[in-house]
Amino acid sequence: MTCAEMRNSLEAYADAELGAAELAEFEKHLRDCPACATDALQAMRAKRMVRAAGMRYAPSAEFQRRMQQQIAPKRWMPWVAIRMPQMVAAGIAVALLLVAATAWVGRVERERTLGEFADLHVAALASANPVDVVSTDRHTVKPWFAGKLPFSFNLPELQNSEFTLIGGRVAYFQHSAGAQLIYGLRKHEMSVFIFREQAGAIPFQVGSLNSTKLGMHLETWSDGGLRYCVIGDTPASDVHGLSELLRRAARS
Amino acid sequence: MPLLARLFNFAQWLAQDRSEAEDLVQETLMKALKGFDSFHQGTNFRAWIFRILRNTFLTSRAGLRAAAVSLDSDEEPSVEPVAGATPESILLAMADQETIARALEELPVAAREIILLCDVEEMSYQEIALTLAIPVGTVMSRLSRARKAMRGLLSDGQMRMAGRGASRGTLQ
Repeated sequence: MTCAEMRNSLEAYADAELGAAELAEFEKHLRDCPACATDALQAMRAKRMVRAAGMRYAPSAEFQRRMQQQIAPKRWMPWVAIRMPQMVAAGIAVALLLVAATAWVGRVERERTLGEFADLHVAALASANPVDVVSTDRHTVKPWFAGKLPFSFNLPELQNSEFTLIGGRVAYFQHSAGAQLIYGLRKHEMSVFIFREQAGAIPFQVGSLNSTKLGMHLETWSDGGLRYCVIGDTPASDVHGLSELLRRAARS
Repeated sequence: MPLLARLFNFAQWLAQDRSEAEDLVQETLMKALKGFDSFHQGTNFRAWIFRILRNTFLTSRAGLRAAAVSLDSDEEPSVEPVAGATPESILLAMADQETIARALEELPVAAREIILLCDVEEMSYQEIALTLAIPVGTVMSRLSRARKAMRGLLSDGQMRMAGRGASRGTLQ
């Protein structure tokens, strides 16, 4: 596949519309061509920006209440009597579909959030300077963030573990600055993200989530007003191991 | 966001007015309830209800006004796509949400609706084809032109901003 052919498929790739064979060829080219990989990343980022800008208008609570009353009519009217079975079936179907749609949208939101953390992790590793502060010592990395972030956090001691702290950088997630710490484990690199918890910013409250679709494991939790997220292509047990060290450090 | 909120968001983007958007959503839900017989189980509910909303808009006062301004043509877009080789999507990625929202507002309805269905509603090309009642091939070409038109608007906006910055610079 040439770069010109890639450009023609770029939008379909960002829209997840490529067929399996075409997708495999496209991704093979992305691995070999940094220029096309940058274009693909930009196209996906642009799509996300439009999505965020397009979620602009919300119905008022009063209007929502009025519509819910309308979907479930209570008054007895002759035309309702004639069409009662259809109305009941339609009402139940619409209500069920609204519930299903809400659950579906929740799942899409969670997937998108996972995708954003995965993007931040991969973008950092792909960058020429993955970290802004280089260290193998937590006493160098933590003070570096002072004055750069509106919060502080504790980092774990790593003497008796397999993990090494490679360094850190400031990352941005949903318009707020947070810490991204890069840890090494054997030949793998993992990212730890620490952000201030914002109401509704992260659409899941569960302790741990795995995203096998991306080939990465992710664990996220909230503690002391901060949202932690550990992500890496290591086995889930390693992601959990690092998460446990961070939890213990936060409590100390 | 529940379906009602999604319908409302789409309606206000189309009508550009809150009370007209409320009327549109209300009429859509009434039509959906009355015409539920025409919805076939196993087919796409989301595309079906968005199609009702969109058709209701096209026959509303706001829709007729919009149609008078921009003709829904697949041959000639009302906003000229940006000329030359714009680096793919870089403008969009650089712009902030407010600038993107303004560009979306300025787009003709046909371009605005297809970008919203694809990027905000995250519909597949097949779902968009069902919603707009057009072939999938037309979805792809219309979407591509709509995005180019949007990049054109963002590029013009950035040039205007740069122009203002430069003129301020010479005054100081």
